[in-house]
Amino acid sequence: MTESLILSLADSTLRIATPLIFCALAGLLSERSGVIDLGLEGKMLLSAFAAGTIGAVTGSLALALIAALGVGFAMAMLHGYACVSHRGDQVVLGIALTMTAVGLSIVLGIAWFKQGGQTPALPDAVRFTPVLFGHNVLVYVALAGVPACWFFLFRTRLGLSLRACGENPAMVDTSGLSVQMLRYGALAVNGLLSGLAGSYLVLAQGANFAPHMTAGRGYMALAAMIFGKWHPLGGLCACLLFGFLDAVAIRLQGSYLPPELGGGAVPIQLMQALPYLMTVLLLAGLMGHARAPAALGIPYVKGR
Amino acid sequence: MGPGEQASHMSAPVELPRWAELGLLPLVNLLMALLVCSVVLAGVGLAPLEVLSLLVKGAFGSAAGLSYTLYYATTFTFTGLAVAVAFHGGLFNIGGEGQAMAGGLGCSLVALSLGEHWPAALLMPAMVLAAMVGGALWAAVPAILQAWRGSHIVITTIMFNFIASALLAWLLVGPLKAPGSMMVETISFAKAARMPSLHQVLGGFGIDWPRTPLNLTIVLAIAAAIAVYLYLWRSRPGYELRTVGFSPSAAQYAGMRSRRQIVLAMLISGALAGMVGINELAGVQHRLLLDYVLGAGFTGIAVALIGRNHPLGIILASILFGALFQGGAELAFEMPGFSRDMVTTLQGLIVLFSGAMAYVAAPALAWLLAAAPLASGGLLAWPRLRALLYPDNGGRND
Repeated sequence: MTESLILSLADSTLRIATPLIFCALAGLLSERSGVIDLGLEGKMLLSAFAAGTIGAVTGSLALALIAALGVGFAMAMLHGYACVSHRGDQVVLGIALTMTAVGLSIVLGIAWFKQGGQTPALPDAVRFTPVLFGHNVLVYVALAGVPACWFFLFRTRLGLSLRACGENPAMVDTSGLSVQMLRYGALAVNGLLSGLAGSYLVLAQGANFAPHMTAGRGYMALAAMIFGKWHPLGGLCACLLFGFLDAVAIRLQGSYLPPELGGGAVPIQLMQALPYLMTVLLLAGLMGHARAPAALGIPYVKGR
Repeated sequence: MGPGEQASHMSAPVELPRWAELGLLPLVNLLMALLVCSVVLAGVGLAPLEVLSLLVKGAFGSAAGLSYTLYYATTFTFTGLAVAVAFHGGLFNIGGEGQAMAGGLGCSLVALSLGEHWPAALLMPAMVLAAMVGGALWAAVPAILQAWRGSHIVITTIMFNFIASALLAWLLVGPLKAPGSMMVETISFAKAARMPSLHQVLGGFGIDWPRTPLNLTIVLAIAAAIAVYLYLWRSRPGYELRTVGFSPSAAQYAGMRSRRQIVLAMLISGALAGMVGINELAGVQHRLLLDYVLGAGFTGIAVALIGRNHPLGIILASILFGALFQGGAELAFEMPGFSRDMVTTLQGLIVLFSGAMAYVAAPALAWLLAAAPLASGGLLAWPRLRALLYPDNGGRND
């Protein structure tokens, strides 16, 4: 009984954590290069919509996945165009991307499918079905992405340059590399990873797109990235922790505390707020110390 | 990112004449957002011009429509002012959503505990105060963390939005839930705790006005706009705040205590956002419920951008967004295939083009302005002419 409970909790933790891991890695790459990403929520939402739409229209899993990756990539390039090329405000851009994605996904969904914004349910042939231990291939891609991201950032020259972009872009510039190109590169991967997160929601976890379906996961991934101190392994642990809290909260919904603790409903809202509370405590310096990349949010102006 | 850096990199990368930067460029940006929105409308099979005319008719065409527009505008004025006050200190407050929830909670607690005992003349000011204190308290923690710990206020205010909504959800299924009700809300406020609506007030003077959510909170919104103007441009703390926002190092040299100004600005910002609770709960819902803020905190960002962080601009921008929301709601009834979320899309596009990409069009505009005199030799020739007449001024038209 206990064993099966632990197993099923571990299972749902992993399921909930997968899109968080994709998004946290996406945010990590962009922020390590010096570009704030508050648009994760929007990128994930619109690519989820693209996956649901193309999957329903073409009936092809490959095309649905390509559409999601393409939308994520295009939004990331817009991010780069506005913030890297034209030095626009990165925070404002993230908010703009998310607002537009929320509105556009519903408007187009209602117009095209006439089901209140939902896309039709996809058959199993157009979904990622379990391949190993009851999990689909995207779960393993997300898990493999963490060491890959770590290796790239901390064991390759390019990764070192990328991190330097986020700390001291003038130095990167002096060394003859293009800060703009590095930041665009980071954003390109950021877009593809957000696209994978969106695909996961529609093509693996659920079977269709529904309005507002990301439900703040993009922001939670951002919190996980910060809670993991801008490090891939830390980010993975934070995603798993947040996923676990959510899995427990779902399980305890509607159950009551034992009488010794005063009875009453289990405050699952507290558990849902815990990731955000812990992130604030970390930022306050009350739970270790997290330092953001030094050049985060500052557009780079090449000296002449 | 410290205070001031946001403000400093918002400046134009290319030199435009002042009239073009303040007048023409924002207009071009707004038109681009409308253009993309029209493409989306056309893409879902709706005629953009027909939508526009129905939208204007829905928002301004009747007393009821106008009242709804102004009711939405009241909420957006508060959240827009909240964003603007923080912005002048170089801070980005995207916690308007959470602060509005905390403000609503504050005024509801007063209404529920004192509603039966206090007369309206005492109760209403107490509720307004409680709403402002609630919002201010919710902004205080991120402000203190920013000022003393350097924690990025954008991140902490986002986190506080989620914490506020979890807190509200917990209170409304637990301690504050109306007994015996299936709804996730409190019991109704007492009569004394309800902000008089406009049709009641006008009815008192014998004027017939349709029943709408528009209430006397609109007067408070106008008062708030005036107060924000006086604070920012006619008071010493406001001057110091703008200095901190414009150049933190200059403020430090001048001996200004920037931490104190940051916290004060965020308290004012949170208090303004908290006032949403008065308009929505004391004015319309007459009870505390979930999800009454409905993204107003984020609309405030768009309002502040379009209103260029000036109280007068914010009032005008609030009316614009109020009209979009009201017109959009009407259209959703009248036009099959139109959904209210079209307004969210437009709002996002406006933040995109007028905010994040505000200066993308500047180089093209500068080129056009420079090329125009060759083609027309008209009014646009002025900067060129001036450069010829006063070469030592560098041709800048200021």
